[in-house]
Amino acid sequence: MAGITLDRVVKRYGKLEVVHGIDLEIGHNEFVVLVGPSGCGKSTTLRMIAGLEDISDGDIRIGERVVNDLPPRKRNVSMVFQNYALYPHMNVRDNLGFGLKIAGQPAKVIEERVAEAAGILGLSELMDRIPAELSGGQRQRVAMGRAIVRHPDAFLFDEPLSNLDAKLRVQMRTEIKKLHGKVATTVVYVTHDQVEAMTLADRIVVMKDGYIEQVGTPMEVFNHPVNTFVASFIGSPPMNLIPGRIEGGEVRFSGGGTVPVPGRLKEHVRGGQEVIFGVRPDDLSPIGHGIHEARETCEIDLTVELAELLGTETLIYTSLAGQEIQGKMFDPRDLKVGETLTFRLSLDKAHLFDAATGRSVRPR
Amino acid sequence: MTRALKKRLKATALWLTTFVLMIVMCVPGLWVVLSAFRPNREILAKPPVWVPQDLTLRNFTKIFGIGEETVAIPVLSYFWNSLVIATTSTVIALIIGMAGGYAFARFRFRFKNAWFLGLMLFRTVPGIALSLPVFMLWSRLGIIDTQMGLIIVYVSLNVPFTVWLIDGFFRQIPMSLSEAAQVDGCTRWQAFWKIEFPLAKSGIAAAGVFAFLTSWNEFALASQLTRSTDSKTLPVGLMDFTSQFTIDWAGMCAMAVIIIVPALILTFLVQKHLIAGLTFGGVKG
Ligand SMILES: Nc1ncnc2c1ncn2[C@@H]1O[C@H](COP(=O)(O)OP(=O)(O)OP(=O)(O)O)[C@@H](O)[C@H]1O
Ligand SMILES: [Mg+2]
Repeated sequence: MAGITLDRVVKRYGKLEVVHGIDLEIGHNEFVVLVGPSGCGKSTTLRMIAGLEDISDGDIRIGERVVNDLPPRKRNVSMVFQNYALYPHMNVRDNLGFGLKIAGQPAKVIEERVAEAAGILGLSELMDRIPAELSGGQRQRVAMGRAIVRHPDAFLFDEPLSNLDAKLRVQMRTEIKKLHGKVATTVVYVTHDQVEAMTLADRIVVMKDGYIEQVGTPMEVFNHPVNTFVASFIGSPPMNLIPGRIEGGEVRFSGGGTVPVPGRLKEHVRGGQEVIFGVRPDDLSPIGHGIHEARETCEIDLTVELAELLGTETLIYTSLAGQEIQGKMFDPRDLKVGETLTFRLSLDKAHLFDAATGRSVRPR
Repeated sequence: MTRALKKRLKATALWLTTFVLMIVMCVPGLWVVLSAFRPNREILAKPPVWVPQDLTLRNFTKIFGIGEETVAIPVLSYFWNSLVIATTSTVIALIIGMAGGYAFARFRFRFKNAWFLGLMLFRTVPGIALSLPVFMLWSRLGIIDTQMGLIIVYVSLNVPFTVWLIDGFFRQIPMSLSEAAQVDGCTRWQAFWKIEFPLAKSGIAAAGVFAFLTSWNEFALASQLTRSTDSKTLPVGLMDFTSQFTIDWAGMCAMAVIIIVPALILTFLVQKHLIAGLTFGGVKG
């Protein structure tokens, strides 16, 4: 039984503070994904959990133990590195069994556990190869195998898929998810890819500049971003964000034009407030080509500037109030550049953020 | 047609150049080896005798005093001195090189670059320029004409090089390997010996060969700091074949062969490790 708790954890390199007192509770067997742009402190946080970086302040607990001053080997976690970090001079079998051997397990136990892990990950045929003789995906699997043989309290993954090509990445993503199903363990997974975060996580932790911006299930983070950063970071293509001001129950855009203030947000804004209006491309579609059965909508005429056919939908680039935005046309037909269409905007799904703070006007 | 011809010509030219260069490099060495098996009169003959008429082992038996010969030169003592001095100084230079190279490759510390530069600058001073100060220092310390005296000099001569070379090899090994080993249950020390050391082995072997050869072949400083069979090394011993008016070329060449052979053997033994280039398949990027 081991969750992981971060309590006001700070990391400084000399005078430079890169992680600013973050709090996080990770439950037993929970799959938590740390996501954020490059340099936001994800790896640093993960490495502090692993014990590869000292923490400058605060506490880290794994299970009931405070592990602040324990070296990595005493924390009983395993880690999968971005570059796999397989031992180049050992074959797959020895790579898998290395940790157990160091721990002084008897040969028989090592053999069993290695065989078990190899079975789970489909490595049995490759046991005598050295890492140089493996493909990227196979190396990835060995790295995961090495993590699971030790039956650790937690798996730590640092961008494990970023070295794989797109197709393999999707395949391995599913494998990791399946693996978590088979080998129930606490997982902390770092990525800068929000799609990976959405698909894998029980809970997503969105980080920026050494702060945690939001923690929540993928659904919560997607549907109720707490600020403009999370709104634009999660979801692809990103949410359209248009600055404006509240005037008599409407949002008047700085560049001209208005939309009504969504009913559920009315009591959270005041007249004259500078806001940012947010709507995802999925919620802005030409009439008859939307996906939502929205209760509250408004209609706007927009001119197609560029259309990208994605298959079941077309991504439409257009502008509103002098700002480039995107909409989606589901069940698409051919579009001409310069064509003007009437779009239906689902106000149910729209967001309002305070322009000064960037925070959602309706905190949850 | 012409294209193939051109290519062929180019290959031939390349091959010829290589061949000529090889000849230029090898001939003096081969001549020394050849002369080791020829009598003095044939070596000195005018006009020169290109094709040996009279091959003999007498030069060697003379040096070692085998048969009716009297021992002219204490080759065995020289050999022993050379062996002890070169081996000991190499081992010490390697130990320091590994510690230093690892530190430079892995740790951050103050004035790291200055230290490194200083170490390299030390190598720019020609050894011979140091001979007088070293001589005076050593005579004060009373370690002139001792094996230890030379060992210290050679260690300090070789350390900058071993540190530099081994640093380069450790640098190539991603930190994440040692980190992975530590997460896997190793202490830092274990991670070093089980992961990083085996991967840097070829570099360490290379540094060892170079350090050994430097010490084995060094002449300038050794000739200043040694006097007797207590510490004279083989290259210094070569000078025993010169007297005021004559030089015993045949004996000298035989002795040169005695110097060359162990160096060759060592290089052959280690070359397997030198070229067993590492494949860092364990990591990507
Ligand atoms: N050894 C170090 N010394 C000083 N600053 C460092 C050090 N290591 C990391 N940093 C800084 O800490 C911040 C967080 O780095 P970290 O590696 O955790 O980012 P990340 O979120 O993992 O980014 P990426 O997605 O690019 O891997 C960065 O601004 C980085 O420059
Ligand atoms: Mg990172």
